[in-house]
Amino acid sequence: MATTTRITGTRHRTSNIVIIKYNAGNIESVSNALRRLNVTAEITADPEKIINAGKVIFPGVGEASTTMAYLRKTGLGEIIVSLKQPVLGICLGLQLMCSYSEENDTPCLGIFEEKVKRFTPEPGQEYITKVPHMGWNSIHNLKSSIFTKELEGEYVYFVHSYYAAKGEHTAALCNYIVPFSAALQKDNFYATQFHPEKSGPVGAKILENFILL
Amino acid sequence: MLAKRIIPCLDIRNGQTVKGVNFVDIQEVGDPVELGAIYAGQGADELVFLDITASHEGRKTFVELVKRIARHINIPFTVGGGISELKDAEKLLSAGADKISINSSAVRNPKLIDDMALNFGSQFVVVAIDARGDENDYWTVTVNGGRIPTEKELFSWAKEAEGRGAGEILFTSMNHDGTKKGFANQQLARLADSLRIPVIASGGAGNMSHFVDVFTLGKADAGLAASIFHYKEIMIPDLKSYLKENGIVVRL
Repeated sequence: MATTTRITGTRHRTSNIVIIKYNAGNIESVSNALRRLNVTAEITADPEKIINAGKVIFPGVGEASTTMAYLRKTGLGEIIVSLKQPVLGICLGLQLMCSYSEENDTPCLGIFEEKVKRFTPEPGQEYITKVPHMGWNSIHNLKSSIFTKELEGEYVYFVHSYYAAKGEHTAALCNYIVPFSAALQKDNFYATQFHPEKSGPVGAKILENFILL
Repeated sequence: MLAKRIIPCLDIRNGQTVKGVNFVDIQEVGDPVELGAIYAGQGADELVFLDITASHEGRKTFVELVKRIARHINIPFTVGGGISELKDAEKLLSAGADKISINSSAVRNPKLIDDMALNFGSQFVVVAIDARGDENDYWTVTVNGGRIPTEKELFSWAKEAEGRGAGEILFTSMNHDGTKKGFANQQLARLADSLRIPVIASGGAGNMSHFVDVFTLGKADAGLAASIFHYKEIMIPDLKSYLKENGIVVRL
């Protein structure tokens, strides 16, 4: 896939997509990626706007326990769990949507039953399979409407030290030390461990598929 | 499998990409966003933008440029050059940079690595090391573009940087830089074997087989180059196909 994906010409679209604003890094890069698809999304922490949005994106780079504490304190966690519209968690967003993270022993939102573990290289492999898993890796066994057929085996960009184990809701597999969930889906909840906003035309296509749900 | 990364590096002065050898006879060659987008479209895996502007006004221009890069480029990018305080890094990160690279400032103040890792996470912090080896294979860390030797030694400094929270090490061999005779594979392999974080190799790329060597002999996770890409001596799609033919896992 060599060209950038564009949705229906160059006309700018208002989308009623919101990006949840909270104490996590790199939120702007998601809104930049949507803008490249001619979609404007509002970055907000306003519960009413989140509840009434057409679609919700829950991005994030950061540490699990402090972020979960923040989500509980602000009530954002409870709101996310209750949403009925399509929701897309990205990176830490995916991990927080799971039941539990080993990162500082953190109970999470429990949307997905899968558990989040730390990558542990086999003894003697620490200098070969490095942690974090950083860079481009391929995704397989795609099972979700955010993944169109042509994306099978394509490369996407990962940066993470913790991963959601393979489970019932695994919607894409990736292999690093172990096979793990590169994406999860359950009902209206979608999540990717990789960063579609940084994954070139492949990532743009995945975001486009989410927008078009 | 995790792919080996190809990273073009763009030097920026006053908001423009420059090409030049050893800071002499620098030519301005146009808009970094356009050039970056071209590389991204050709299959570059990441980009590095290094600000070589000295002036204070230039720095502001660079932050504005980083904002523009973040809006237009759809792959990860690192920015570096003149970052000496936490607040410099903060400005660049909030402008949309995915990682920041520190070099001389980390040598002068190693605690800067700890502070940055603590505040932004290790994955944001690339520690760049320029070093020069002597006839006894002793590698002295240098600053200011290789002009000033320091008290530090390459392998111990890389290990210290990792311990302080660096997410990646970008090693440039000043012996190999500009020679186009290949990367410092022996030293790179030694770094890779002693570090648990990825190593980006820089300095010496002259042809496509040098990249095969750096990923096999040099055990590097990523290969960085500037002039060979800028002067179109190597086209990234050709390089990627060549690497694949030679058994290297790359993103095509």
